[in-house]
Amino acid sequence: MAKVLMKGNEAIGAAAIKAGCKFFFGYPITPQSELPEYMAREMPKAGATFLQAESEVAAINMVYGAAGAGARVMTSSSSPGISLKQEGISYIAGSELPCLIVNIIRGGPGLGGIQPAQSDYFQATKGGGHGDYKMVVLAPASVQELTDLMMEGFDIADQYRNPVMIIGDGMLGQMMEPVELREPQKRNLPPKDWATTGTGGRGHTNVINSLFIDPAECEKHNLRLKAKFDEMEKNEKKYEIFNCDNPDLIAVAYGTTARIVKTVIDKCKEEGINVGLIRPISLWPFPYEVFEEYADKTKAFLSVEMSLGQMVEDVKLGVNGKKPVHFYGRTGGMVPVPDDIVAEIKKILGGAK
Amino acid sequence: MINERIVMAGFGGQGVMSMGQLLTYAGMIEGKNVSWLPSYGPEMRGGTANCNVIISDNPVASPIVTDATAVIAMNRPSLDKFEPSIVKNGLLLINSSLIDKSAERDDIVAYDIPANEIADELGNSRIANMVMLGAYLEATGALKKESVLEALKKVFGERKAHLIPVNKDALDRGAELVKGNSCG
Amino acid sequence: MAEMVFQRTKGLQDRPFHYCPGCTHGIIHRLVAEVLEELDVLDKAIGVAPVGCSVFAYDYFNCDMQEAAHGRAPAVATGIKRVHPDKVVFSYQGDGDLASIGTAEIVHAAMRGEKITTIFVNNAIYGMTGGQMAPTTLVGQKATTSPFGRDKDHAGSPIRMSEMLATLDGPAYIERVTVTTPAHVRKAKKAIKKAFQAQIERKGFTMIEVLSTCPTNWGLTPVEALRWLEENMIPYYPLGVYKTSEEVK
Repeated sequence: MAKVLMKGNEAIGAAAIKAGCKFFFGYPITPQSELPEYMAREMPKAGATFLQAESEVAAINMVYGAAGAGARVMTSSSSPGISLKQEGISYIAGSELPCLIVNIIRGGPGLGGIQPAQSDYFQATKGGGHGDYKMVVLAPASVQELTDLMMEGFDIADQYRNPVMIIGDGMLGQMMEPVELREPQKRNLPPKDWATTGTGGRGHTNVINSLFIDPAECEKHNLRLKAKFDEMEKNEKKYEIFNCDNPDLIAVAYGTTARIVKTVIDKCKEEGINVGLIRPISLWPFPYEVFEEYADKTKAFLSVEMSLGQMVEDVKLGVNGKKPVHFYGRTGGMVPVPDDIVAEIKKILGGAK
Repeated sequence: MINERIVMAGFGGQGVMSMGQLLTYAGMIEGKNVSWLPSYGPEMRGGTANCNVIISDNPVASPIVTDATAVIAMNRPSLDKFEPSIVKNGLLLINSSLIDKSAERDDIVAYDIPANEIADELGNSRIANMVMLGAYLEATGALKKESVLEALKKVFGERKAHLIPVNKDALDRGAELVKGNSCG
Repeated sequence: MAEMVFQRTKGLQDRPFHYCPGCTHGIIHRLVAEVLEELDVLDKAIGVAPVGCSVFAYDYFNCDMQEAAHGRAPAVATGIKRVHPDKVVFSYQGDGDLASIGTAEIVHAAMRGEKITTIFVNNAIYGMTGGQMAPTTLVGQKATTSPFGRDKDHAGSPIRMSEMLATLDGPAYIERVTVTTPAHVRKAKKAIKKAFQAQIERKGFTMIEVLSTCPTNWGLTPVEALRWLEENMIPYYPLGVYKTSEEVK
């Protein structure tokens, strides 16, 4: 297929339809409303169903119902709306249902703003909803990668019977880049013989449920989930290593911020400073081991985020005290400026000498 | 090696966004790495709009243009806002039909383009953006005019194909102004 | 030879109910199960259980079931029905679930005319959590969170869901029934059957509200509870058909 120029928000929709997503339940919120608009327009053409729910809460529970009924299904929202979905996400994880959730993150807390932010990192990777659960969280940095991860995300969800979240920001949602819709690498997906489709002569009933009133039963269930999360952690780590051949400093950034850091790397090169980048693509599972490995090859790390310092905690866990870990962030919808990051790097390296 | 980082800015309705998309599309047709990033939200409701376009031989790093190699200013607020962000020896195209001020800096290349007047002369007031785009292509040589026309064909489709000749005229008129009238 | 005059419905699993003595949930379960069996749709039925006393409904109904978060059953049922439009989908919800935390979901499912059937069990109290005030608790009725009786000025007057939803265009059939006497039980079953039939014929959203007892939390014997319901609830929540769309008539 030839490349086409697509807006991030619309590319999400195109990738979902191409991946065989048959149901979308959503609710409008800036800066992702172009996605439900695209779905409302395009899904009927693909024999699929778009339904605008009465709230984000209803939307995620429609996703629960549809996923439990065996369908490939997704929803999308932005930060405040994702907060509303947390209850449903916890139930979906607890009931082991596959689905895909997109969060086009905006500034917070509260209503915050509508400009790009990465301040939902904790919510996405450390729980968000109640209970011991995990979900794969993927953070693409380009529109192409966004479509690739969308398509793979549905497969990951089906493989593990678990929700998968794709996170981006308004910049990624609004920008246009050339895109080619590519099939992901084939995975061995188990049949959905657990789905509620009506018993239809199956001989037994299927029940979708996360209630285990007996604590021993509930613990058993949680341990079984844990074994699954361990498997996900082992298999689903993704990251990019860029310019990390003995750099003076390694910057750590994900999503659009990583793009900005690449500009910073060019600028630093002009000034004779060699900066590398580790870009986690899966925020959960987080590629901790990579940091320990590269800690021997550099003087310091700098986590650059559109938040007041969230991923930096994982970077510290990864580096494990071997080298100093610094932080630079902008928040509330302000996007880091390359020159400011360059200045921060100089300050760190100057101080390290 | 090209690495064009362009800011296009003006009032809503001046075709700033579509001019940017067209250039991005043309870049893609020529096999370049491209990105188009619009301003969005309340900023747009206030009446000004801008987009960042990057056309590069290398993969596009940040889609945000901070050091612009070119600025196309369709109105006065855009000129005031973005002239300082141009790199040394960069390009500034001023829509002199609506802006009664020339470039302040003398370390850049600037052209005054009466885009609205030319568009009116061509009988279509909505193609002032194409006049500016023609000037940009001529001044930088970044992409071929043919690529923009091909992109236009794709964007217009059958229904609006009859508009292509007048758009081509607008590109040509913009280019002529740059050829003969450098004030940089 | 003796003639078999009664047997357990295939619509229920062979498992003892956890409900309190005198609670009418058991009767209502059986009516729904019998209707599914009689309409021959057990193998294509998918139910949604609520949070509340009937949270374990998925252990009792002999069909595919999903357990929903508190109040979200109509949204979950919507998701299921959109995936399987040819299946029979129902939600089974109490008054806290449907008339309090899940008000938005039931109103909008009704508004959309989702082709589902909701069994709404109204016993004017939160049973599972131990007798707190429900949105349907009567004025003056004592509950653990209205220990001096529900005060209208403080907590408002109870909500009448059937009447409220009947104002919408989406519902095809809404009726309020009770199960305090054999006659009422027969009438309730007829209503439930009519609702499921309307769903199968894709007429629109259908809901049967069943006035139910909670002897435990009302602090009454089962017989007293039946009498209390008839004397206090029915006057405020009159029985009858609240909505019959043109298609159902």
